[in-house]
Amino acid sequence: MSNFPDNLKYASTHEWILINEDGTATVGISDHAQEALGDIVFVELPESGTSVNAKDEVAVVESVKAASDIYSPVSGDIISVNKDLTDAPETVNSVPYDGGWFYKIRLTNDLELDELMDAEAYADHVEEE
Amino acid sequence: MGQQTSLYQKHLDAGAKLVDFAGWDMPINYGSQIEEHQQVRTNAGVFDVSHMTVLDISGPDTNAFLRYLLSNDVAKLDEVGRALYSAMLNENGGVVDDLILYRMENGFRIVSNCGTREKDLNWMAEQSKAFNVTIEEKPQLAILAIHGPASPEKVCQVLDQDRIAPVQALVNFRGVLLGDWFIARTGYTGEKGVEIILPNEEAPALWDKLLAAGVKPVGLGARDTLRLEAGMNLYGHDMDEDTSPLAANMEKTISWEPQDRNFLGRQALLEHKKNQDAGNLPKLVGLVLEERGVLRKGQRVVSNAGEGVITSGSFSPTLKHSIALARIPFNSQSCEVDLRGKLTPVRIVKPNFVRFGKKVFE
Repeated sequence: MSNFPDNLKYASTHEWILINEDGTATVGISDHAQEALGDIVFVELPESGTSVNAKDEVAVVESVKAASDIYSPVSGDIISVNKDLTDAPETVNSVPYDGGWFYKIRLTNDLELDELMDAEAYADHVEEE
Repeated sequence: MGQQTSLYQKHLDAGAKLVDFAGWDMPINYGSQIEEHQQVRTNAGVFDVSHMTVLDISGPDTNAFLRYLLSNDVAKLDEVGRALYSAMLNENGGVVDDLILYRMENGFRIVSNCGTREKDLNWMAEQSKAFNVTIEEKPQLAILAIHGPASPEKVCQVLDQDRIAPVQALVNFRGVLLGDWFIARTGYTGEKGVEIILPNEEAPALWDKLLAAGVKPVGLGARDTLRLEAGMNLYGHDMDEDTSPLAANMEKTISWEPQDRNFLGRQALLEHKKNQDAGNLPKLVGLVLEERGVLRKGQRVVSNAGEGVITSGSFSPTLKHSIALARIPFNSQSCEVDLRGKLTPVRIVKPNFVRFGKKVFE
């Protein structure tokens, strides 16, 4: 069964976001998403320094099964990306909320967080899909 | 809920992710497709392929019927137990299905695809009208395919004592009927393998013994990447009723000799051959993408001689990059693939990537 930590917020397109203590945020894909994709073989990450809008396509995940677009849950400036995924994309499968993070972002509109789901709402969303 | 094989509960017990496969609930993987793939390349894995169709053909006209029905010639099977891979063509020379057949004591046993079952049965019934033959489907039989370098040895560890010596004596493309178990050295992975066709009610116990001997369950996801690495076609992807076997790398399944064997599709194939000689019939090739990205079925291929399409594509767990089968113009020398809007150069190779765990193309 998929696991959805309570300290994260989730997008309907299956990304998670964690607000860090310094006010920046970390983005990845949910346990449900990694399980649905199957073994991940490539992750194409955005460039550090890019400005993105909420719901922009920012990354691509290729699994044995399919290619899948990843959308930014929030607007902001990307301040770093997880380069370890280039050589070890399977980390997204094994620890999607930890070493499998995609990028860190400095938010430009905190109000967008209110439009995301908490763990409970996301679990219902996954159930309904 | 779809149809279930006799191993359905075993799949659940092994943590299978089940998907619909032509009306059957089948395991796509048991956790990681890539690990299952590597298990077959390096050790031994077991597939439940009981959803495939098993047919026994018997009767006085059996030879004549099959020599008419199939593009390959069953007359090549000069001994009981020998196996043959063949296409079954329509009058236009399109592929109705591909199948394997074994010569048995009293006729032939055919194993054909699951997704084409009804079509095949109707086609064979129609084509057999002029022949005195009986076509009997065997839904009471399960099929376990055990593949990987250690598979023959592991299978022998779990067989009844009196079955071990005859199975050890089997060479590639041979099978033997032992009681109501038919055991053959055939497969779809590019590794050594043993396929066991046995009564449904005996399959769960065999499954348990194989797992106890260290054979791991492998899902249909890994079956697809294994066959793709081995350059083997998948019906409905790499060929279908509108595809000539000559445009699907299936020349070896056509027995042109003797010339007076008038098999279904022969006349049309002669036309295809002329087109091929004139460079007008497309060909099925292998594609290799060594940079990042994954080739997928349906992607457009652009070559110096015109456009083509990828018929099967995936990441190759053995090679760690993407490979594909593609149908492209005959005179293509170089090509690019439309990868999500970006034309990306790929290499054209013979459609055979991995055999016995090793890379085989240049």
